[in-house]
Amino acid sequence: MATLKDFAKKEELFTGGHRLCSGCGIPPIVRLVLRNYETPVVAANATGCLEVATTIYPYSAWRIPWIHSAFENTAATISGVETAYRALKKRGKIPGGDKDIKFIAFGGDGGTYDIGLQSLSGALERGHNFLYLCYDNGAYMNTGIQRSSATPFGCNTTTSPAGTVIKGKLEKRKDLTRIVVAHNVPYAAQASPHNWSDLAKKTQKAINTKGPTFLNVISPCPLGWYTKPEDSNKHARLAVESCYWPLYEVEDGVLRVTYKPKKKVSMEEWLKPQGRFKHIFKPGAEGLLEEIQSQVDEYWEKLLEFDGKPVY
Amino acid sequence: MAIARNKREQMGLTGNSAVAMAMKQVNPDVFPAYPITPSTTVVEEFSSYVADGAVDTEFIAVESEHSAMSACVGAAAAGARVMTATSSQGLALMWEVLYIASGLRLPIVLCDGNRALSSPINIHCDHSDTMGARDSGWIHLYSETVQEAYDNIFQAVRIAEHPDVMLPVMVCLDGFITTHAIENVTPIGDEEAQEFVGEYKAKNSLLDTDNPVTVGAMALQEPYMVFKYQQSEAIKKAKDVVIEVGKEFEEKFGREYGLFESYRLEDAEVAVVILSSAAGTTKVAVDELRARGKKVGLLRPRLFRPLPHAEIAEALKGLKVVACLDRTDSMSGFGGPLFNDVRSVLYEVENRPLIFGRIFGLGGRDYQVKDALAVFEELLSTLETGKVDELIKYITFDPEAPLSVDGSGC
Repeated sequence: MATLKDFAKKEELFTGGHRLCSGCGIPPIVRLVLRNYETPVVAANATGCLEVATTIYPYSAWRIPWIHSAFENTAATISGVETAYRALKKRGKIPGGDKDIKFIAFGGDGGTYDIGLQSLSGALERGHNFLYLCYDNGAYMNTGIQRSSATPFGCNTTTSPAGTVIKGKLEKRKDLTRIVVAHNVPYAAQASPHNWSDLAKKTQKAINTKGPTFLNVISPCPLGWYTKPEDSNKHARLAVESCYWPLYEVEDGVLRVTYKPKKKVSMEEWLKPQGRFKHIFKPGAEGLLEEIQSQVDEYWEKLLEFDGKPVY
Repeated sequence: MAIARNKREQMGLTGNSAVAMAMKQVNPDVFPAYPITPSTTVVEEFSSYVADGAVDTEFIAVESEHSAMSACVGAAAAGARVMTATSSQGLALMWEVLYIASGLRLPIVLCDGNRALSSPINIHCDHSDTMGARDSGWIHLYSETVQEAYDNIFQAVRIAEHPDVMLPVMVCLDGFITTHAIENVTPIGDEEAQEFVGEYKAKNSLLDTDNPVTVGAMALQEPYMVFKYQQSEAIKKAKDVVIEVGKEFEEKFGREYGLFESYRLEDAEVAVVILSSAAGTTKVAVDELRARGKKVGLLRPRLFRPLPHAEIAEALKGLKVVACLDRTDSMSGFGGPLFNDVRSVLYEVENRPLIFGRIFGLGGRDYQVKDALAVFEELLSTLETGKVDELIKYITFDPEAPLSVDGSGC
């Protein structure tokens, strides 16, 4: 396992100068993930924050081959690239000679949980050799914080506003990691950028496993969470310490919880500094915080039941 | 499914079998596809070629047409030669990505078995699917016969990959009428086919990891228009490339292909402009009327996008009356796309002919020689009166008795 020092020595494949927000969780995730590659890697990117902020013509933050096509089709796009690689390899037509190339697709929760779910499902089922990385910041942040199916229960967004009658988003999150696992992929995991060594280990497993692999990484968003940019890492940590965002992996069908907090942080502690939840602490929203806490507790307990066991 | 009479000479093939066979002979790198009526058998037969090792192609059995075109884009951006086939709703579902394919200047070849768009759902032929994509930046080749659809596949590869063009091409043939009808086809040899299409070497590839490229960057107010200007110039250049490739094809294989087919047009006074298989039916009417001494003719556009406007104007300029027959309605309240384009083309012509538009054969409604004769009758009476009675009208159809057994096919 590489140390931070080792990682720091590796070539930066995702450069500075991009226009992602201060405190955004995406750049540290992408930088760390790309530093784990020992071979050339080609990326596809769904429409979203990462795409718009890194490739404003004539600039590009990418030192690797990179393609953006549309919002919902990044998994299908990378499946075309990966298939072309196999086809051209067979014919001895890889530019610069035969070599081992890996493939990665990036999408936000909008491009993955929602509009890109079919494309992702198709690519997973077909068994392409690629890693899909979802950076989940819990809403359509790029276009101004609209709700996605990854938005937490009770959260205020611009399309699930906390009003006088309806108090934010009253539907539970879609459990995308579980949906991906149901495709019987060889490796899927949830990770967080604050725990770099856990994210790095999972990335390496995902890269070195043949077939489709998946990482769902929570990505703090100061803009949409209404938090301070300098607190992003803390919020990623609290999401994990509160068990809202459990760190676990499913390898060859066996689930393993990779981090268990010694003392669970309350949801109140994580949610209170976030502007997107301020309404739940005001009169008229009684019971909402308790409901959120009980949902998180229930899910965590269920997950622990599967710890170390096969899930399919 | 091929009915071989003589292995070296003619074969009886359906349009889809001929297209699949042409694709086999091209032996592309990647073939992402999703089956849809009436082009399903292209995908089925091609996947059999893959399963039997008759091609080196990697077939991607995608979960939708949107993903089919998305995978085409990914594979083509990786430097692969890419083909697919679809129809109707499938092409409609691809619509978003069609624009991306042309905007990224990817030389993908698509075969569309023309079928009506829903609603109401209908599986039969009209041109609403490809006409809906006429502004998508793809080059459109319409085929009258099985032979032409077969020949167009090879030419499409050359046109798409031409360095002056670098744009995707769709080869259109009429759903069921051509996709499923068995016609005599004279195929070209596998080696000749390979020699004709040549080896494709992409200028940029995502797999050239030593020279990384960013494909599909965001272009804001200033650069966006530059990209679009370059694309517009490229599609204009495609016209000459279509002519050049057609000539080379004719030299090698003896079958002539240009921008359009003129049929008994030289001294004609009136003519029908019509696409694809219905042109064959119309030619029978032309012959009948010519035998009766009437100066009638036909123009069948083969290249529809880019529109060879100057050449069409030149070909139609001596006529007195023209009827444009559209197998789709653009729902503009002003006729079909062919009518609108040809009418616009004629604007610059001195003493331009009179013109009217007729919409026929939607959703596979039959278009027979008698229908073509009726159009010519209208053309000839307009020639006499010098006045167009009705600018736009539905034909092969009686609005007074739309579902009557008599002549309606119901």
